[in-house]
Amino acid sequence: MAPEITPELLAEHGLSPSEYERIREILGREPRPVELGIFSVMWSEHCSYKSSRIHLRKFPTEAPWVVCGPGENAGVVDIGDGQVAVFKMESHNHPSFIEPYQGAATGVGGILRDVFTMGARPVAILDALRFGAPEHPKTRHLLAGVVAGIGGYGNCVGVPTVGGETGFHRAYNGNILVNAMCVGVAEKDRLFYARAAGVGNPVVYVGARTGRDGIHGATMASAEFREDAEAKRPTVQVGDPFLEKLLIEACLELMAGDCIVAIQDMGAAGLTSSSFEMAARGGTGIELDLDAVPLREANMSAYEIMLSESQERMLMVLARGREAEARAVFEKWELDFAVIGRVTDSGRMVVRHHGQVVADVPVEPVSGGSPVYDRPWRLPDPPVPFISDDQTVHLGPREVLLRLLSCPDLACKRWIWEQYDHSVMADTVAGPGGDAAVVRVHGTGKGLALTIDCTPRYCRADPRMGGRQAVAEAYRNLVAVGARPLAITDCLNFGSPERPEIMGQFVGCIEGMAEACRTLAFPVVSGNVSLYNETDAQAILPTPEVGGLGLIEDLSKRTGLAFDADGLLLLLIGEVTGWLGQSVFQREILGREEGAPPPVDLLLEKRHADFVAGQIAAGRVCACHDLSDGGLAVAMAEMCLASGRGGRLSVPAEAPSLFGWLYGEDQARYLLAVAPEHVHGLLEEATAAGVIAREVGVTGGDALIIDGVPPISLEELRRCHEGWLPSWMDD
Amino acid sequence: MRAAVVTFPGSNCDRDLRVAMEAVFGRPVKSLWHAETELPPLDLVGLPGGFSYGDYLRCGAIAARSPIMTEIARLARRGVAVLGICNGFQILTEAGLLPGALVRNMRLSFVCRPVPIEVATSASPFTADYRPGQRIALPVAHHDGNYVLEPAELARLEDEDRIAFRYLDNPNGSTADIAGVLNAERNVLGMMPHPERACDPLLGGSDGAGLFRSLLAALT
Repeated sequence: MAPEITPELLAEHGLSPSEYERIREILGREPRPVELGIFSVMWSEHCSYKSSRIHLRKFPTEAPWVVCGPGENAGVVDIGDGQVAVFKMESHNHPSFIEPYQGAATGVGGILRDVFTMGARPVAILDALRFGAPEHPKTRHLLAGVVAGIGGYGNCVGVPTVGGETGFHRAYNGNILVNAMCVGVAEKDRLFYARAAGVGNPVVYVGARTGRDGIHGATMASAEFREDAEAKRPTVQVGDPFLEKLLIEACLELMAGDCIVAIQDMGAAGLTSSSFEMAARGGTGIELDLDAVPLREANMSAYEIMLSESQERMLMVLARGREAEARAVFEKWELDFAVIGRVTDSGRMVVRHHGQVVADVPVEPVSGGSPVYDRPWRLPDPPVPFISDDQTVHLGPREVLLRLLSCPDLACKRWIWEQYDHSVMADTVAGPGGDAAVVRVHGTGKGLALTIDCTPRYCRADPRMGGRQAVAEAYRNLVAVGARPLAITDCLNFGSPERPEIMGQFVGCIEGMAEACRTLAFPVVSGNVSLYNETDAQAILPTPEVGGLGLIEDLSKRTGLAFDADGLLLLLIGEVTGWLGQSVFQREILGREEGAPPPVDLLLEKRHADFVAGQIAAGRVCACHDLSDGGLAVAMAEMCLASGRGGRLSVPAEAPSLFGWLYGEDQARYLLAVAPEHVHGLLEEATAAGVIAREVGVTGGDALIIDGVPPISLEELRRCHEGWLPSWMDD
Repeated sequence: MRAAVVTFPGSNCDRDLRVAMEAVFGRPVKSLWHAETELPPLDLVGLPGGFSYGDYLRCGAIAARSPIMTEIARLARRGVAVLGICNGFQILTEAGLLPGALVRNMRLSFVCRPVPIEVATSASPFTADYRPGQRIALPVAHHDGNYVLEPAELARLEDEDRIAFRYLDNPNGSTADIAGVLNAERNVLGMMPHPERACDPLLGGSDGAGLFRSLLAALT
C-alpha cells in the first residue's frame, strides 16, 4: 500500500507544493512512491539546475576549437592531430564535510567517470579545496581526511593529481569545498555520447553492485546544512578505486570496438538520472527491469535501487546482438554485467520490479521540464576603494614578506601534494607548485597546461569583478607556462539561492566570468553548480572556481617559475597602482578585509597576455610567473624558491607606496626573467604594443634582497614558506 | 632481448614500464595478463607498480597468488631476470622470491617525491651501468614502502652485497635505508623507487635509464 502523500513526505523529498502540483499535471494522477523519488532527485537543484539555468545561458560556449560544450558528461576541445582534450570539474562539498575521506574520494571517482564515459583516458586530476579557519576545531581533521581521500582514490586508479589550490577562511567553517577536475585525452573520431538510440537495443549495467549507500545524495546536496549534518552520514557514498580502475580499463577496451551506442556513468541520483539523461538526449524511451540489477544487499526496494548512489557503475546502450562480446570484456576484468532493459520509442520510462510496474513516466517532462526559477537577486553595494598609508604598518617589509609567505593561504602546500601521486603515467612535465601544471600528451611532443583559480574575497566584495578575475587569473597562469588558453570548466559554489544577496553574488560572478570568457576567447565547455553551501544560514564566500586548459604545441618552448642562471634581468609587465584593497597584505598584516578588489581591465589582460605569449614563443623568456595573491614580492620569492637562486628586487622612486609596490595585487601582471641580451628587444616591442614593461631586478646569489631591506636567505624563505602546513598539521 | 611486463588487475605503471623499456631496448615489450599460465620464451619479466587487487588484504598478497606467479617463480629459478618495482616489489616479497616485507610508511601517509639514492652495488644485471656509490635521483610514490626484515637477514644481505639501492634521505623508514634488494642468485630485483618515471629529461631526470641500459647489456 502506497504511503499517503503528505506535506511532510513532500518536504522529505525536497519538493515544494507547487512542484507537486506540476507532477500531478504531468502524470494525470497521484505519483507512485518510486515516481515521487524520481521527481525528487531529477528536480533537485543538483540535477536540474533550476535556480541557475537562466543565468548559465550567459556563458559563451563556442569557439572554432570547441568540439562539445556544456550538456554532455564533459566538455571537449580540439588539441590537433586528430586528438581532443575532455575535461570537467565537479563539487563534492556536502559529503566531504560529513565524511571527509569518502566524500573527497568519491568526488574524484565521479569526475573520472564523467571523462572516461566519453571515451577519453583520464590523464590528470586537479582539486580546489577550501577549508575553514585553521584555528577552527574541525579544520585539521577535515583537511587530513580530504587529502587522504583524494590521494587514496587518485593514487590507486593511477591518474596523476597534478595541481589545484587550497585556501582557508572562517566562512568555510561549516561548509568546506572539495572541487575535483579531471582531464582526459581521446581521439576526436572516437568520442562517445550519452544518447540512447535504436529501438530494441539492450540497456546494460556494468561495474559495482548496487547497495543502499548514498540514497538521496542529490537531494542532500540541494539543501543547506543544519547542526545535525553528521546525522546525514548514511547518505554519503563509499568509493572503491580498485573497481574504478577495472571499470576504466574495461570501458576503454570495449570502446576500441563499435558495440557501444551510448554510455553514461551513474553519478548523482544513480540509475534514475543516468537512464533519464540517456533517454532524454536520444529522444527515446527506456524499459527497465530492476530484478536484473546486480545487488549488494538482499531485499532492496525499487525505490532504493532507483535512488542508490553506489559508486563505480555505468549504464550503456549496446548495439543489439553484441552483448556476448561486451560481456566477455567485463568478465575478463571481473566486473558485473547485466542486461537490465531495452530502448523503446515510447518516450516513457517504464520501470518494473517483481513483475509490477513501479514507475511509468514520460521522459521529457521529468528530464527537461523541471521548474525553472528566476529567483530575486540583489548585488552588494559597490565597494569604495581602500586607501592605505605605509605609516599605519608596524612591521618592516622583511617581516611582512615572511609573514605572508607563511600565512595559510600562501604557505607552500607540499604537505598536501606529496600525498598525491603526481608522476604516475610518466607524462607529468610540471607537477604541483607552479602557475599551471603541464602534462605531456602521451607519445607526442605537445602538452596540456592545467590550472584552477578563484579569489573568493574579491568575489564577495564585488561579484562581477571577482568573476572576471577568476577567469583572467586562469588565463594568465596558462600563458605563463607558454600555453595557448583554450577553454574552461567551472564549479560555481555559493550559498542558498533563496536569499537575494546570495543570488546576487551568483549572478554577478557569472556575468563577470562571461565578460572575461568573451573578451579572452576562452569559452566555458562544462561545469557544475553547487548551491546551498551554508550552515545555519552562514553562507560560504562566493567561490566560482575556474578550471583552465591550454595547449603547448611544443614542450621544448614551455616556461616555468624557475630561472636557471644568475644575472638574468627581472622585468615586470603591467601597471602598478599599489592596489591593497582586498589584498592578502590587507588581511594578514592590517587585519582588515575591506574595500574594492583590484579592477580587472579585460582588454589590458588580453594585450599583456598576447605580449607575454609572443615573447615566450620568441624564446626570450627564461622564467615567467603570474602576479596574484601577495603581489610582486611574493611572486619574486616563489620564483627564487623554485630556482634555488636568489635575486634583487628594486623599489623605484616613483612607486606609489612601498607596501603597495611590493604587495599590491594589481591585475594583468607578469614577472619575467630575461637574459640581458634580449632585454632591449623586449622593451622595444613592449613600447610598440602599448604594454608597460620595466626592469625591477636581477637574479643571483643565495638570498632575496629588496632595496633597503636586510637580505632574506633562501633557507629562511623556505623555512617560512614550507614550514607552516606541516607544523600546523603535527600540532 | 625478449622482455614482458605483467598486468594484474589494479596495476597502473604497466604502460609506463613498457614505454621505458622499449625506449632503451629499441624493440617491443610484451604485455602479459595475470591469468596466463603459458609464457613465451623471455629474458626479462617486469612486475609493475600500482595497486594490484586494490591493496586489499596486504599490498601484493593476492597478486602473489595469481596463476602467472607460479610461472614467474619457475622462470626466476631458471635464471630469467625479474624486476619488481613498487607494487611489483611488494608482490615479490609476498611470493617469497625476495626476503623481508614492505609495511606502512613510518609517517603513515603516502609519499610522492624525487629522492636521492645511492647505487649500493653495480654487481648485478640491473645496476652494472652505474658506478658503485653513484648518487642518482628517482621518484618514489607509495604508501607501504617501509622495508623490514630480521637482523640476521639484513646481515646476510649485507654480507652477500645484495642491497642494490639505498636512500640518502629515507622517505619511509626502511631498515638500513634499503630502497632495493637482490635475491641470492642476483637475477631478481625488487625496488620501491620508480626508474621508469626517470628516463626522460623532460620529466625532470633520466637517472632511471641506467637500470634499463644495464639490463640491455647483460641480457643480449
